[in-house]
Amino acid sequence: MGKKVGIEVSLAVAEAAKLANVDVVAAYPITPQTHIVEHLAELVADGELDAQYIPVESEHSAMSACLGASAVGARTFTATAGQGLELMHEVLYVASSMQLPVVMAVANRALSAPLSVWGDHSDVMAVRDTGWIQIFVENGQEAVDNVLCAFRIGEDKRVLLPVMIHLDGFHLSHVIEPIVFPEQSEVDQFLPPNQYPFPLDPSKPVTMGDFGPPIIYSEAKWAQEVNLRASKEVILQVWKEFGRLFKRYYSPVESYCTEDADVLLLTMGSFGETAAIAIDRMREKGKSVGQVKLRLWRPFPFEEIRQAVKNAEVLIVLDRALSFGGPGGPVCSEIRSALYGQDKRPKIVSFVGGLGGRDITVDGFEKIINKGIEISQKGSEREFEIFGVRE
Amino acid sequence: MAKSEGQLTWKDLEIGLIVTEPGNASQYQTGYWRSQRPTYDFNRCIKCGICQLFCPEGCIEQNPEGYFEANLFYCKGCGICARECWTKVVGMVDEEE
Repeated sequence: MGKKVGIEVSLAVAEAAKLANVDVVAAYPITPQTHIVEHLAELVADGELDAQYIPVESEHSAMSACLGASAVGARTFTATAGQGLELMHEVLYVASSMQLPVVMAVANRALSAPLSVWGDHSDVMAVRDTGWIQIFVENGQEAVDNVLCAFRIGEDKRVLLPVMIHLDGFHLSHVIEPIVFPEQSEVDQFLPPNQYPFPLDPSKPVTMGDFGPPIIYSEAKWAQEVNLRASKEVILQVWKEFGRLFKRYYSPVESYCTEDADVLLLTMGSFGETAAIAIDRMREKGKSVGQVKLRLWRPFPFEEIRQAVKNAEVLIVLDRALSFGGPGGPVCSEIRSALYGQDKRPKIVSFVGGLGGRDITVDGFEKIINKGIEISQKGSEREFEIFGVRE
Repeated sequence: MAKSEGQLTWKDLEIGLIVTEPGNASQYQTGYWRSQRPTYDFNRCIKCGICQLFCPEGCIEQNPEGYFEANLFYCKGCGICARECWTKVVGMVDEEE
């Protein structure tokens, strides 16, 4: 087992890509992700990482170059955020549809306008349906661990899908944390070389990204859907294997103090740790509260969510993105639809907060939970509550 | 391709819809797209071959008697051959007729 070092999380993510021995990095710098690809550029330039670094002219080109690299069987990594993720948008679908196991770290950032470089989940929600496996992390250690897992998951022959690792911009990307890096030999044991089954090879020609007329398009999309859903089994296996080797365990939905709790708060990403402190405080005061953290965003863990909240009376969901003119936070509307058909389900209250880098403190989470309890009892005219807006 | 496209189920598809058999685009029946098909009055044909030169599909070949004729497996019914034919050999009729 490696030793613990203090390091900025962005640099740690780059070090994780190095430990994964990536072959190609194609990337374009954008705040708050820049330090990830900057550090990878340094590692390649200094000869510490034997990889091809392609400095492209945009994120659209970055993802396109990643497709080409992945198609020849290269282990491929990139990172982006916010507007950059938006500029990649159409190519993201191509990566998943062509089953190219690119791994991408996304330092989640709000979308313009007004221009905001700070963190929220607007960028994630816009790429929700692109067919990528999407995993949220809560701290730097989880980011490093899950970048390693992402290659193992995505490149598995039963999966062959691209994977996004979502880490909150600034709240995670720019903080210095103590992180345990595994030894190279341990990573090599965990992560076998990428062996894409049909790499582009002139001696054995294949056609990739062909056209699909109406007679075959539906079959292609259904195959993609079945494959993404089935990937959950492999994700569970990989996390289990990672836990066996490194003693850090991950699951699609993680629960904190939920066994006896009447009221649950659901979070996604780095706010989970602050929220957990609020849960501790409220429990000390005798409140029956607990916390659920959604780690696996796609494929959506329906069964695990239903299990995690089945005994609660109230479920408060905090979203860090707006679905303009829609039913509330995007995560909340998915949770609602996952629970709607259940005989026994908690009352669900939707909150949106922490937009564009706005902090939510421990006190803030207490307020959200208390307000959520009040709404569950008295009801509300609104589809969702927005937290912390000056009125 | 063992099965035609219309018989393939989602389980038959290669990962990422990769095509592993080079040149199999020739198995794609573009003739399905046609709403009109060419007709021929070979009594007027001088075998000049201009229809073959203009065919954007490259689907016109000489039959055993040397007359130029479209392969209906590929012919999309664009009608360019009928338009270009000097001697009015080629006509176009609707597929329903």
